[in-house]
Amino acid sequence: MSRQPNRLPSGGRIDRAMPLGFRFDGRSYTGYAGDTLASALLANDVHLVGRSFKYHRPRGILGLGAEEPNALIQLARGNRSEPNLRATQVELFDGLDADSQNRWPCLKYDVGAVNSALHRLFPAGFYYKTFMWPASLWMTYEEVIRNAAGLGKAPEGPDPDRYEHMHAHPDVLIVGAGPAGLAAALAAGRTGARVILADEQAEFGGSLLSDDDVFINGKSGRDWVAEVVAELASMPAVTLLPRTCVHGYFDHNYLLAAERVTDHIGAVVPNTPRQRLWKIRARQVVLATGTLERPLVFRDNDRPGVMLSTAARGYAVRYGVAAGRRPLVVTGHDDGYRTALAYAARGIQLAGIVDLRPDPSGALVDAAREKGIDILAGHSVAGTHGGHRVEGVDVAEMNADGTGLAKITRRIDCDLVAMCGGFNPTVHLFSQSRGKLRWDADMNAFVPAKVHDTTHAPQRSVGGCAGVMSVAQSIKDGIKEGLEAARATGSTARQPAAPAVEEPGIGAHRTIWVLPSDKPVGHKGKHFVDFQNDVTAADLNLAAREGYRSIEHVKRYTTTGMGTDQGKTSNVNALAIVAATLGTDIPAVGTTTFRPPYTPTTIGAYGGRNIGALFDPVRTTAVDSWHRANGAQFEHVGQWMRPWYYPKAGETMRQAVDRECLAARNAVGILDASTLGKIDVRGKDAAEFLNRVYSNAWMKLGIGKCRYGLMLNDAGFVMDDGVTTRLADDHFHMTTTTGGAAGVLGHLEEHLQTEWPDLEVYLTSVTEQWSVASICGAKCRDLLAALCDDIDLSNEAFPFMAMKEGTVAGIPARVYRISFTGELSFEINVPRRYGMALWEVLMAAGEKHGITPYGTEAMHVLRAERGFIIVGQETDGSVTPIDLGMDWIVSKQKVDFIGKRGLFRPDLMLPDRKQLVGLLTEDPSEVLPEGGQIVEDVKPAPPMTMLGHVTSSYYSVNCGRSIAMALVKGGHARKGDTLSVPLAGKTVKVTVTDPVFFDLEGSRRDG
Amino acid sequence: MQLIPCPWCGPRDDAEFHYGAEAHVARPAVPSERSDAEWEAYLYLRRNTKGPFAERWLHTNGCRRWFNVIRDTYTHEIFASYKPGEPMPDIDQLTAKKDA
Repeated sequence: MSRQPNRLPSGGRIDRAMPLGFRFDGRSYTGYAGDTLASALLANDVHLVGRSFKYHRPRGILGLGAEEPNALIQLARGNRSEPNLRATQVELFDGLDADSQNRWPCLKYDVGAVNSALHRLFPAGFYYKTFMWPASLWMTYEEVIRNAAGLGKAPEGPDPDRYEHMHAHPDVLIVGAGPAGLAAALAAGRTGARVILADEQAEFGGSLLSDDDVFINGKSGRDWVAEVVAELASMPAVTLLPRTCVHGYFDHNYLLAAERVTDHIGAVVPNTPRQRLWKIRARQVVLATGTLERPLVFRDNDRPGVMLSTAARGYAVRYGVAAGRRPLVVTGHDDGYRTALAYAARGIQLAGIVDLRPDPSGALVDAAREKGIDILAGHSVAGTHGGHRVEGVDVAEMNADGTGLAKITRRIDCDLVAMCGGFNPTVHLFSQSRGKLRWDADMNAFVPAKVHDTTHAPQRSVGGCAGVMSVAQSIKDGIKEGLEAARATGSTARQPAAPAVEEPGIGAHRTIWVLPSDKPVGHKGKHFVDFQNDVTAADLNLAAREGYRSIEHVKRYTTTGMGTDQGKTSNVNALAIVAATLGTDIPAVGTTTFRPPYTPTTIGAYGGRNIGALFDPVRTTAVDSWHRANGAQFEHVGQWMRPWYYPKAGETMRQAVDRECLAARNAVGILDASTLGKIDVRGKDAAEFLNRVYSNAWMKLGIGKCRYGLMLNDAGFVMDDGVTTRLADDHFHMTTTTGGAAGVLGHLEEHLQTEWPDLEVYLTSVTEQWSVASICGAKCRDLLAALCDDIDLSNEAFPFMAMKEGTVAGIPARVYRISFTGELSFEINVPRRYGMALWEVLMAAGEKHGITPYGTEAMHVLRAERGFIIVGQETDGSVTPIDLGMDWIVSKQKVDFIGKRGLFRPDLMLPDRKQLVGLLTEDPSEVLPEGGQIVEDVKPAPPMTMLGHVTSSYYSVNCGRSIAMALVKGGHARKGDTLSVPLAGKTVKVTVTDPVFFDLEGSRRDG
Repeated sequence: MQLIPCPWCGPRDDAEFHYGAEAHVARPAVPSERSDAEWEAYLYLRRNTKGPFAERWLHTNGCRRWFNVIRDTYTHEIFASYKPGEPMPDIDQLTAKKDA
């Protein structure tokens, strides 16, 4: 247990009865419940918390919350480790273990700091200038840069935590629970409207938690917060979400918020997610996101101990921590005096107040004078001293317009510089929702001007984020807008009275974007603008001098505003500096685009439960457990898991597939074909509909007869194929490819609904209704005959391309005589609940015939032996039936079908289109790789003129050699030619053939 | 994440829908009478309007019905939605009403 040297003897919203031990960079410290990691580190006098990104300069804590650019830490270890957390937002818990980032080998002695000495080598646009040439070295450069620029480390294993998604549809969403947001929530909540109040911090209250000089209805601001929160908590329609950062504002009032549910506990809580992602569709939105303080840009303004004024105040008031024992305030704004007075009230002697204004006046200034604080009016900070901690500043009086120094500098010793450069309304969410900003010359900041879409995304900004700096006005506006938001959703309640607020009056301020020094900008020191990305005023000047005009280009060239903090403290300063260099005004330069998320958000929160097995549905057939029990290897086909092959002990894949292929022809093969898409087509116009969506003729198909069809799109390209059977005059059973089923149903529905609403046709997906065992091979008729006594299986009674209804092993079945292998084949369809029973009966009865289950790999080989295409393998969306040599299936008689006109486009009728052919390798054991490129003239090295590619390639045990199918330019006219397939290290010679390799007469299909 | 008004189901999150590009592009009644240029235009050429636009949407994860929406492609404002076969509303009138 270490003591906490900077902990004030009293005060702060911390629980002194609850000390917490934690580690930072391996050292042990103590803080209190209610601390953030940042406040606990400062209490322990740890100011040096990181190294800067480019120059590896020592950096300290700058801010109090989300705006923090420097104090990025890596929290926890193992697979729970999380990088780039802002120490200012990490709530302290017992046993917290954090490390600083971006330093090697350790924070105090960092090797990369040599970059700082070499700063002339790192100008704006450094990457672009240095690494453009030679391009071949980029990979080498990149590796070195990535190592040097380490913003934390990602854990290597999967995230062990759980994340949930929540959906909410409130009447009013209020973002931010400072004075304005609390007032809005109270006014809206009292109407009975459904309200969500979300705040990124653990505790509601916003600025009131850090200010001790605001009194509401005669009580301290913090007491008023407690009363309001208690009343809100008692309202059943109000949902309070602390620790919830609304970080994205999308179209039509859809907002995303990440709730940190257990992060602050530092342990896994049973049955509780680590974080929740809230998906909120709000009827009305009230933004009360407050302000972010601007740093001042002066020479070497990045030393640890140089801090935002409100942050310094917040550490003292909210956390009871003296961020310094001899603080110096630098300000052009009355608000800086509040920080000085807060420290003075805690018995800490100020080193002085450097005020940019030549004649500061007002109640706060008078109060500071009364306290005997030295006020240096009209002065500038010319530079700072110190190494790992600021030790002093050089100050001097400025000339009248603040562009230079009027006197020589003198040094003031201090250990904390609290700087106030004014305030920027936090317009991030407003801007994400595409609201227009306007430059407020009085405030020297961008404020909301016009809501993007008042109809679909009604919203209001209140308080600081609307440019309102007084608590009284913020509460007033909060009440008014909160009530009006509720009224817009139907409430008729009356407006409650606004409380009486006492607060310090804030007078006029002075903004100087770059404080003048005794050296020009860029000499003997650095004026940091973007602390996280190490962008200086000199870098911005250089970019402007080099011709960059668009602020979006300046941003990318200098990387200003591109860190994990997205320039929360730097963007407006950068704009102002660029505007000054360009000799234009700030509104003319404009802002860069605000994009979600407002603060970095864990990817796990977005993933929620949609990870692992729940990422995408897995579809399995009724026979799945049998396949698994019998050693099947699976492959994904669309969302389906299909058996790929069934290896026996000791078998290679090739041996298993060869065995399955032999059995499927010579004995009995059995395939689980349940995954094929099945669509029930019904209605009086069903035949006419099929006639329009397939390329062949359908009107005269007899009942109980099957027909193969190719489905084209209107461009003329093949999109799917399958066998459709007529069950009745007005009723068809269509099958599609396994992967194409949903697309086909969509294509058919689209045409029915939008082109042919006059057709009476109803489509129903019945894929899951049927379990299909496809049996084939020389003995399959014998097998089926033994199990089926109500269907005559002879060729005469049950010819090829016919369907019979009957029973198989007592199970009601539709049996189709269709074949994808070219063998005699029966596809037995039974209701899914009988699928396993049928399979087991077939396996048992087939044993004596040598029944062999085969998977998709054998199926592919068997169909390729017969030259049958697979849509998506032989076709790629640019292949016509003519290219496939399937002219026979394209009706010449039909006036129209989908794709007919497309086939007559001139490019589709060219003779040298890529056409489907077979390929036989010179060496029969050589199996070409699928995708292999085919050339006529082999050259020693690419490029060569490519004629096409191999689409399917297998070793066929039935053919006793390898076989392949390919798309080759003008292939139909090249049969007999010898072409080449150049591969790594060799070239394979191939002969172009017909794409049929086995049973050329097609005699086996009848058994 | 827009809120798309399905004429059958009411307003729903756009994650439930698929976009179907320009509306009121009818498939020619007698395609064989269309020139190559006309067929190319039917297949591939669509207006790329910045502003109010009549477009098709499909309520994929809902009622699976197609419908049309008048939507500003730049601001994402939605002015109307209607069933297929219904006439296209007068876009100028719709958007003017809003400005008034």
